[in-house]
Amino acid sequence: MNMTLAEKILARASGRGSVKPGDIITAKVDLAMMHDSGGPRRIAPMLERLGAKPWDPNRIVLITDHYVPAFDPESAAILDITRKWVKQHGIEKFYDMQGICHVVLPERGHLKPGIFAVGGDSHSPTGGAWGCFMFGIGATEMAGVVVTGEIWVKVPQTHLVRWTGRLGRGLSAKDMMLKLCHDIGLGTVKYGVVEFAGSGIAALPMSERMVLTNMSAELGAQTGIIAPDATTVAALKAAGADATGALDWHGDADAHYEKVWDFDASALVPQVAAPHTPENSGPATEHGNVKVDQCYIGACTGAKLSDLHMAAEILRGRKVAKTTRLLVAPASARMTAEAAADGTLAVLTEAGAILQASGCGACAGYGAGVLAEKEVCLSSTARNFKGRMGAMSSLVYLGSPYTVAASAVTGHITDPREFLNQRAAA
Amino acid sequence: MSTEPGRAFVFGDNVDTDVLAPGLYMKKSIEVIAEHCLEALDPKFATTVRPGDVVVGGENFGMGSSREQAAQALRQLGVTVILAKSFAGLFFRNCINLGVAPVECQDTDRITSGDMLVVDPIAGTIENKTQSATYKGVGIPAHLVEMVRDGGLIPHLEKRAKAGKLGRTA
Repeated sequence: MNMTLAEKILARASGRGSVKPGDIITAKVDLAMMHDSGGPRRIAPMLERLGAKPWDPNRIVLITDHYVPAFDPESAAILDITRKWVKQHGIEKFYDMQGICHVVLPERGHLKPGIFAVGGDSHSPTGGAWGCFMFGIGATEMAGVVVTGEIWVKVPQTHLVRWTGRLGRGLSAKDMMLKLCHDIGLGTVKYGVVEFAGSGIAALPMSERMVLTNMSAELGAQTGIIAPDATTVAALKAAGADATGALDWHGDADAHYEKVWDFDASALVPQVAAPHTPENSGPATEHGNVKVDQCYIGACTGAKLSDLHMAAEILRGRKVAKTTRLLVAPASARMTAEAAADGTLAVLTEAGAILQASGCGACAGYGAGVLAEKEVCLSSTARNFKGRMGAMSSLVYLGSPYTVAASAVTGHITDPREFLNQRAAA
Repeated sequence: MSTEPGRAFVFGDNVDTDVLAPGLYMKKSIEVIAEHCLEALDPKFATTVRPGDVVVGGENFGMGSSREQAAQALRQLGVTVILAKSFAGLFFRNCINLGVAPVECQDTDRITSGDMLVVDPIAGTIENKTQSATYKGVGIPAHLVEMVRDGGLIPHLEKRAKAGKLGRTA
């Protein structure tokens, strides 16, 4: 059949025996996810104009994460509109202030391999870690999906990114991704699919795989995808999702890839992206003289339970430097509870971290923790575009939770392995 | 589509959605967001651009967020055509949906800010009146021409609704 995993899902969703890159198809949407920013406040007037209702309330998942908790009358009004719309249209899959949509969606068992899904957010490719074809769309297009239940797709080319080897101590999927942003660049993939594979991917837990598919958006991909394996099946079952047939979703042995890229995880060193693009990445040690006003562990990309564990591994028994501040916004309410139960939160707060609500927060300049003019921030988030996190002249560097935590201790950008080596020697 | 010439506003590669629609203003109305459109790259853009003007970029125009206000802010300012060597896929879709025509053109380096351009987005042809030059771009894909002619996705769906064809087609 020589189809990639992404092509197989698109063929299924469009009712065709097969598809090939370049085909224009109309696909039936299995799941549509929206959040408070691009959701009801934008699409409700469009539905009214069309005199239309949601095609299937049961296939819509709504999650508030951008303006939570409300911090002024405008954000409160946006949340109010969201809550009323959900009630009006009988949307039962509604998660209010439970965390960031890309994390809550699989956490609550809504993703399963082989589904065709859209999300009203550019980091919707995160879902691809679960073997779905999931991509981001704008609010108007979401209104179209909510009314018709379908969407057009130009079948994308697939790039295969293979990782061999295992990550060393103090390394994470964020370092892998920043390396890819640097080496592949942001314009090369051109709205293709990035499929991640190889022993270096198989070794990663789901939370780390989600970092890769999440930031496939930064590579300019329509989506990222990872074929399900035993790790996926175990995580699906843990989330209460249906894992039946999960392992049937994979590319054919003779699938055609636009390009194959090979990387070695064991050779990787901690990466930091300098302002104002994730492409501007290199070894963290190259930025050792950069002092940081704020360290931020947050967002869908960088504040899952595994990310909090990384930070705690560095911060246990250490203190945040007086010259900086460390903000931590766990990615979901459930993960906050888990981190409280296993002692992680205590380690973070004893080190001097400031805990924030679960939500998109400062990542895109919406919530608390934004930057003043000329302030410097090292962040575990996905993007460092000019002005994104606050004032126009602020400077955002990107790094892994390990690197952010280590830099919070020293007050300047720091290779986290320095601390892990100290601990190993002690 | 207008045949009146519009002035070119030229930007570089990787113009992102945060500079088109800054996050700080995202809870505001589109009128307010538009006032801050591209201010990180050109503080005077929103006050000098006029309806019919053409925004010109390099590679990967519109990279970043799904926030369609990035395209809508330009539309609000009267920009209905963007020329770039390549577009971020999500932004390209948002443009079509909101009645802004994204036209791929490999010759954008030849265009200078202030040049008077006439663009036919359907055919993908660009005439530079100032330089007496013409460039061949990529016209709007065939399956989207009707939507562009209708003025975007919602007017297009409105037309379908009137014809009783709003539901699933597949």
